[in-house]
Amino acid sequence: MQDSKSPLSDRLSAPAGAGSSFGELRLDGVSRSFGSAVALAGLTMTVRRGEFVTLLGHSGCGKTTALNCVAGLLPLTSGTVWLDDRRIDVLRPEERGFGMVFQNYALFPHMTVRRNTGFGLAMRRLPRDEIRRRVGEVLDLVKLSAHADKLPGQLSGGQQQRVAIARAIVVQPPLVLMDEPLSNLDASLRLEMRTELKRIHRELGRSTIYVTHDQDEALSLSDRIVMLQDGRVQQIATPEDIYARPATIDVARFMGYRNLFELDVASVDGDWANVAGKGIALRGLRRGEIGRRAVVAIRPNDLVLDGGSEGGIVGRVEIVEYCGREYIVDLITDAGTMLQARSAQRVAPGDVLRCHASADRVLIYPVASGAA
Amino acid sequence: MSAAGPAGLGTLRRPHRWIEHLWSATIWLAMGFFLLNVAGVIAVVTVSSFASRWLGTWLPAGLTMRWYATAWREFSLNYVLIATGQITVLVVAISILIGVPAAYALARRDFALKRAVMLLFLLPLMVPPISYGIPLATVLYQSTLGGTMWGVVLANLVPTVPFVVLVMMPFIEQIDPRLESAARVLGAGTGRIFIHILAPLLAPGILAAALLVTVRTLSMFELTFLTSGPDSQTLVVALYYSIFAGGVRASQSIDAMAVMYMVNTLFFLVVALRFVNPTQLVTRVKEQPRAD
Amino acid sequence: MAGSVAKSTVWIAGQNAGVDRTVLLVVPGVLFVILLFIYPFLYGLGLSFTPKEGGFAANYAKFFSTPYLSQTIWTTLSLAIPATVINVGFALPLAFHLRHASRPQRIISGLLVVPITLGTVLVAEGLLTYLGPQGWFNRALIEFGLINTPVKLTHNYWGVLMSLVVTGFPFDFLLILSYITGIDPALAQAAATLGAGPIQRFRQIYLPLLAPGLAVVFCLAFVLSFSVFPSAILLGNPASSTRVITIAAYQAAYEDYDYSLASAIAMIMCAVQLVIVAVVLSIRGLFYRGPAGGAKG
Repeated sequence: MQDSKSPLSDRLSAPAGAGSSFGELRLDGVSRSFGSAVALAGLTMTVRRGEFVTLLGHSGCGKTTALNCVAGLLPLTSGTVWLDDRRIDVLRPEERGFGMVFQNYALFPHMTVRRNTGFGLAMRRLPRDEIRRRVGEVLDLVKLSAHADKLPGQLSGGQQQRVAIARAIVVQPPLVLMDEPLSNLDASLRLEMRTELKRIHRELGRSTIYVTHDQDEALSLSDRIVMLQDGRVQQIATPEDIYARPATIDVARFMGYRNLFELDVASVDGDWANVAGKGIALRGLRRGEIGRRAVVAIRPNDLVLDGGSEGGIVGRVEIVEYCGREYIVDLITDAGTMLQARSAQRVAPGDVLRCHASADRVLIYPVASGAA
Repeated sequence: MSAAGPAGLGTLRRPHRWIEHLWSATIWLAMGFFLLNVAGVIAVVTVSSFASRWLGTWLPAGLTMRWYATAWREFSLNYVLIATGQITVLVVAISILIGVPAAYALARRDFALKRAVMLLFLLPLMVPPISYGIPLATVLYQSTLGGTMWGVVLANLVPTVPFVVLVMMPFIEQIDPRLESAARVLGAGTGRIFIHILAPLLAPGILAAALLVTVRTLSMFELTFLTSGPDSQTLVVALYYSIFAGGVRASQSIDAMAVMYMVNTLFFLVVALRFVNPTQLVTRVKEQPRAD
Repeated sequence: MAGSVAKSTVWIAGQNAGVDRTVLLVVPGVLFVILLFIYPFLYGLGLSFTPKEGGFAANYAKFFSTPYLSQTIWTTLSLAIPATVINVGFALPLAFHLRHASRPQRIISGLLVVPITLGTVLVAEGLLTYLGPQGWFNRALIEFGLINTPVKLTHNYWGVLMSLVVTGFPFDFLLILSYITGIDPALAQAAATLGAGPIQRFRQIYLPLLAPGLAVVFCLAFVLSFSVFPSAILLGNPASSTRVITIAAYQAAYEDYDYSLASAIAMIMCAVQLVIVAVVLSIRGLFYRGPAGGAKG
């Protein structure tokens, strides 16, 4: 647990009851089907104490299913969930004692902010004074003390979000589950709440599983990211790794590697490979066993129009968009490959220019996993 | 009452699962019992209508079709069915013609007396027909419409026009008004907007409303009973009179008529249920809390 | 948001064009209801104060001073109140149990529409045989050894009460179901993750959110039961134990041709219904009345 600066967060994060004995949450082959449709296939992962783990993927990838399985809101089709050496997938949601933040917040519309927040404590039959004190503390933490006696309907979206978080953490759960908590907020509020979530997590150090489809949220909040697609785990890694070293071409595509094209493999040496074809010659990092053909993945950001004289890729400028500070440029090569690159200078449609990418930003994947 | 899960703060009580199972079983038994009795009520009418003789046994002594012929003759069912058909068609057509435009105006526009108008349309659905049926019948009889087919049609329209309005309003609301604006921008006049944009989009809703009104008119007893004369009875009113007269006719022929009534009504109900959710048959009143 | 913006733009466009002709579409409907509902009602009200003989309130005086007439209020209440309590009391737990969209829910809803649709006349005809001394119900009870001789369930109070249950319960069930399904299931899930068991979820979440709807259901159920008519005649004992207020009104109008007295009875009927509805709705005022969806609505 982190050093706490304030006595408040010290008290809120003070280990109490069974929560303190929690070491790690383990999912072992967790699967869930709806009829014949497999929503989640054999998810195996571990959440360590105090860790912030994000389940990331497109809608329908199984991330919310996974969260509901952990919460106990959906029975598993197969697999087990363990909290240290206790098997918890057989428990009902009300027996698990996790805190959960729902996508639409699910605040009780007929209860004040104070009663909403204290609901979990009341269910645990804590004394009235104790509930009042703890609710007061957590409302301070989320900066809502002034609104304690309002109904949720009288609050703004961001305030409702804070109530939902307060309600989930006030019971000092061993694990906090968050289902796309920021998706209902507008863009600027989303950024603000993201920072807020980060702050609360740092102050309380609660283990958290967070579900989102937004890669920026995942990158900024997480200790580790679990990338899901079609109910299957694609990669479990730190944000840095998942950003720079996506395990598969699908993860790469999701993480913003928009330039994807198939080339011939010229040579392989260790972790590196050279690929060529369609008038392009590139050197890059090899991701997996590649055969004669491979898929190259480069972020538009890493493909720089630098006006160099040799190597790299030559293309004709099609569209130029200014996005502040630099330009996003759509190019087409002689062989008809569409590319997106960036440029520090203004260029004009019709210009024929050369762009380069440094070798450690070029990723080379096997073709089999479904190329672009 | 021991600590159950890894509850964080404090302890959580473990619910007794066997109580829940018992509760669930009780619920299903109660529902089953109710449905069994309803099925019994319907089955007893049906079986009786085919019974040659049925006295003091579980099932009749033999089966026959002759009660249908008897009922057809004795109750002049051909006239009753023609009257029922005419009344139903008129009620459906007029209630759609009056109700749909009103629903459109209410769904699309905010105007000064909108809440009052909504309340006006809700009232005939909230007040039971028998309460306003007697004054209504009095007025109709004084205007010489009482006892005629038009009197019955007008009386039946009192709850069905508001019903159509309330069924169609949410339906129209969920059609994006920008579609009409778009058509207007593209040069379509009101008439062509109606033919090309609204009519196709409204058709399923109108069909559902028409079916529901059909079912309601076929089964509307009180208003028809209070306003109909000998030539303007619908099937359900004729059925009432035959039951009321009891003893005069064989109960099997009454039941044969009851079965014809059931088949008629249930046919339209089953068709209607293909378009609407069962709860929609009663939930028109759900608007009520918003109206006060 | 976008919808209301679009709506107001259209409205402004209409204003600029002068009179908003679309609003006029509501006129035929309004005129119709005024002419055939409001006017007859007011006419009836006026008629009730112009009795065949005596002062302007003679009809009302006659009603309340003639036990044969005034008794009908109590007879009706003694049917309507138990029927309403039974129907709502059973419909609530059953609808709650079936609140999740599922195949059983759809099937049962579909089946329950049948008795509502068939209506009181047909149900009365069926019950006459079904509950009769030779009917299947009595036979089954004897078969199971619960009774020795058939119980009399027709042409008395019990037959009418049963008919009110058969048509009323499905109505209440479907209404309550529609209210319950309007409550965001995430609220109960949230309560569950916070440690609330099934009973607590019902008491703390569903019941308070359902209370306003339940009040409305109760009122409608009561009004329906209070206006019991054909089954009280066909299945009850319309001369005495089930001589309900509608029968008194009907007899005044169609047997004695005293439309004035009949209107007065109809008005009294509405008044009793209004009083009960007012009582129930004022109790409802004590509960939360906002939207029952998520806090965002």
